[in-house]
Amino acid sequence: MSHHITNDRVYTTDHEWAKEEGDVVLIGITAYAVEQLGDITLVNLDVAEGDVIEAGKPFGTVESVKTLADLFAPLSGTIVRVNKAALEERPELVNEDCYGAAWMVAIAPTDRSVLNGLLDAVAYAKLLETTH
Amino acid sequence: MVPFAGYDMPVQYEGVKQEHLAVRRAAGLFDVSHMGEFELDGIEALAVIDSLITNDASKLADGRALYTCACNERGTILDDLIVYRLREDKWLVVCNASNRDKILPHFTAAAAGRCAIEDATERTALIALQGPQAMAVAARAGSEGAALAELQSFELREASLVGVECIAARTGYTGEDGIEIFCDADDAVSLWRGLLEAGRELGLAPAGLAARDTLRLEARLSLYGNDIDETTNPLEAGLGWTVKLGKAEFLGKEALLALKAGGLNRKLVGFEMVGRGIARHGYALLDATGNTIGNCTSGSPAPSLEKSIGLGYVTLGQDAIGTKIYVDCRGKSIEAVVVPTPFYKRAT
Repeated sequence: MSHHITNDRVYTTDHEWAKEEGDVVLIGITAYAVEQLGDITLVNLDVAEGDVIEAGKPFGTVESVKTLADLFAPLSGTIVRVNKAALEERPELVNEDCYGAAWMVAIAPTDRSVLNGLLDAVAYAKLLETTH
Repeated sequence: MVPFAGYDMPVQYEGVKQEHLAVRRAAGLFDVSHMGEFELDGIEALAVIDSLITNDASKLADGRALYTCACNERGTILDDLIVYRLREDKWLVVCNASNRDKILPHFTAAAAGRCAIEDATERTALIALQGPQAMAVAARAGSEGAALAELQSFELREASLVGVECIAARTGYTGEDGIEIFCDADDAVSLWRGLLEAGRELGLAPAGLAARDTLRLEARLSLYGNDIDETTNPLEAGLGWTVKLGKAEFLGKEALLALKAGGLNRKLVGFEMVGRGIARHGYALLDATGNTIGNCTSGSPAPSLEKSIGLGYVTLGQDAIGTKIYVDCRGKSIEAVVVPTPFYKRAT
């Protein structure tokens, strides 16, 4: 089974991705996660700009017709932007462009080096391979 | 494929929404061979069946079927079934796969010394052809297919479809027109492929169990294990029409008479989300002040309606159409409103 993975970002074992963009880190969910969920019908982002978030803590949920998945912060920091309007208006954006337009939140990280401890594209691909 | 009740289940082919809409707009083909089937043979089969079900099978003519509950002595629901009268002395009962290990011994015990009973589940495949184009697909599936359009609702007959001998019944679980087709398990692949081929130009698509669930929910058809179980009775579940209290003795009759006389405490209602949220099985239903008034038994986005809908039990007094209720979506209270059901009704 092959899943689209890009090598311009890092990944978590919970199937989120984190991508550095200037001073912030964008967070989203992977193509594998999207495939597991199916048609996304609701995105709940329970954080606002200025909130401080801790690595591993939930910041929202993604719901499909059949099920719901929690979103976990891959790293600690301050929420700088929330892609709330776009994803509330068009949750299907997650199915269409999970690595681009469907980013969820932008975090100003407390410690950027945490990213080095996450999975690179090769390690994430290996994880998917071994779980299937 | 997902394992369920010992079967690998086709949950999804192309995507739930796509499959759901294909069934509403054209037709879908479902493999529901996991359903339990058993046959009762003998002149006392009717009496055995009627002693265990809430509906009245004595009213059936040959080639007719009915939907019913089977209750325990407390009047709560052991399973919901379809009972088919093939002949006076030959009956077929279809039960939920998850209840087969409970229902088969239950019927076997009642049949002891009165009629023969045989589990036909393993040797029987069941394929559902559903949607506005379903009968047109059947008509293309062999010379006997066209005549199936003459079947009344819950009527069945033997037929040969794409060269496979089968029994076709005008039943379904989607809210659409269509048939459910029983055949020998060895012929199932031929029937499946043949029907897909026959229906290709008409838009027939394979549909999975996830789409079956959203379709049945829009049509407000109960799902055992979600909306009904051994803690619920047919009267509160909106299945009072399957309970024939005028019938002679049947298991659960005394309890159901008492429930009816005593009045119900709660009722299964349909609701539509007003706020942003999806109700799920097990979520609490609340009133405006935050008191729990019931629980959600099924909930999902409704692909045909572009709304989010649900079913749930609420205490009497909160069940009127238009009542504002709240769904506790994992700690967030989301507004909903009680609406008439079925949520979706096909144009006739």
